[in-house]
Amino acid sequence: MNAESLRDLWLTYQSTVAFIGLNGLLALSVYTTLSCGQLSLAQAGFMALGSYASAVLTLHTQAPFPAVLLAGTLVPALVAVPLGLPVLRLKGVFLAIATIGFGEVVRIFFVNLDFTNGALGLVAIPQRTHVLTIYGALAVALFVLWRIQGSRAGYALEAIREDEPAARTMGIHATAYKLSMLVLGAALAGLAGALDAHFNFMVEPSSYSFGRVVEMLVFAVVGGTTVFYGPVVGAAFLTLLPEVLREVGGRIGLQPGPLRLFVNGLVLLLVILFLPSGLVSLPRRIRRWLEARRAAAHAA
Amino acid sequence: MRLSLADVRRTFGGLKAVDGVGFEVDAGEVHGLIGPNGAGKTTLLNLVSGLIRPTAGAVTLEGRRIERLPTHRIAALGITRTYQNIRLFPALSAAENVLVGSHLRRSDPLWRRMVFAPGYRREEADALQRALSLLARVGLEDRARERASNLSYGEQRRVEIARALASGPRVLLLDEPTAGMNPSEVASIGALIKEVARAGHSVLLVEHNVKLVMDVCDRITVLNFGRVIADGTPAAVAQDPAVIAAYLGAEG
Repeated sequence: MNAESLRDLWLTYQSTVAFIGLNGLLALSVYTTLSCGQLSLAQAGFMALGSYASAVLTLHTQAPFPAVLLAGTLVPALVAVPLGLPVLRLKGVFLAIATIGFGEVVRIFFVNLDFTNGALGLVAIPQRTHVLTIYGALAVALFVLWRIQGSRAGYALEAIREDEPAARTMGIHATAYKLSMLVLGAALAGLAGALDAHFNFMVEPSSYSFGRVVEMLVFAVVGGTTVFYGPVVGAAFLTLLPEVLREVGGRIGLQPGPLRLFVNGLVLLLVILFLPSGLVSLPRRIRRWLEARRAAAHAA
Repeated sequence: MRLSLADVRRTFGGLKAVDGVGFEVDAGEVHGLIGPNGAGKTTLLNLVSGLIRPTAGAVTLEGRRIERLPTHRIAALGITRTYQNIRLFPALSAAENVLVGSHLRRSDPLWRRMVFAPGYRREEADALQRALSLLARVGLEDRARERASNLSYGEQRRVEIARALASGPRVLLLDEPTAGMNPSEVASIGALIKEVARAGHSVLLVEHNVKLVMDVCDRITVLNFGRVIADGTPAAVAQDPAVIAAYLGAEG
């Protein structure tokens, strides 16, 4: 393989590689709240805020790109505080519904906002995001979550996930921890939104619908939510899957679109039924299975 | 006086679960709380630990009113507890459960871990070491790495006690710590309670095992239908006609 064909290969798959990174960030933004047992589905709304805030800055000011990214991260993080204080009193499915409501409010707000061209959205945003920028952001996010796991705060989060009232009687300020994770998730979603806006040239309200946040949740669940890198594995797997399916589908004469939806659903179903800790638990499961077989062979 | 309750009331709808209860617990005292089922003992522990709020009355910890404070603040002031229906964090190991219990005693801020500041590793190792020595104190040093959900019933109860002790509480609330234990386990819990009290912690003990209560408690408060029917030393309470009537039924 020579340099020429290697470059062609990169040009073909560059955007897939970028989307793996962006989807990884989005999956992590869902993971942050899941890590303390809260199912928040406001992340598409936070992503929209990040995208729009950064795009408006780029289009209307001379702000340098790092400042734009910072704004895209901070705006949703600041919005998450007054949102979180009331809604984090809710539990389980009620929290999910309230946060879905927030996401829809944000989307409809931008549909009706003339300043950002309503439903048409903003176009011709200069492309400033490099693939390396995305992976730099992903690396920072993974680093932070890696350091939280196993720390005093990390154990507090696990305790809240397992039994919130019991955690409170251990002196853990559960509300503060839950709010911090919602803010961190909002920041990650906003950062991904800002990066996405400056990679795809455009933002439009319809990309931040309920379906988007479900997609992020599926990434996290398929990858696994018991370790911090699980959601990224899930995002990489499910982002690569359509590329593979396109090749396979083309050969056996199937339409890639319907095939993709079918396989996505199938993967989700199989993971929930057989791998509740996600794809990241697969190596350990295989190892255990092999050990059990060896032990059985010995016994026989 | 370390912990005192004055005219504490709590109603659930029309039910007066706790109906004007008052008693005091001294520093280093083991105070028993007994009574028939439904007497309001667990409700009282929930009130003291802040899981529920009283309808009326005052709970005072070392001169400070605490009955309206949020749960985690009450824990921070020095009251931790165990539960009648065990509430460990099932996915965490025994040692990790105790580590969570030491949340209030640890200060290591997250940023030091983020920047790999010198010393953070030693602080974490120290915290783990404290957790392991607490597990050793309840006789579970060899089970430290086991998932809490895989431990036996008696072992889970002992992990809960270690977890509650990990914050170094002024007052330890124990809700039926020996339920489901065999006699030798009960004896070791009794010895542990005495040892904890000698170390200066106050203990408020809800327990059905009369022998244990008589053995370890300095004072006993007897509840029935949410009211105090007797209060005093174990010997005095055991002679009290009202207590005998509540447990065995009144004569004539």
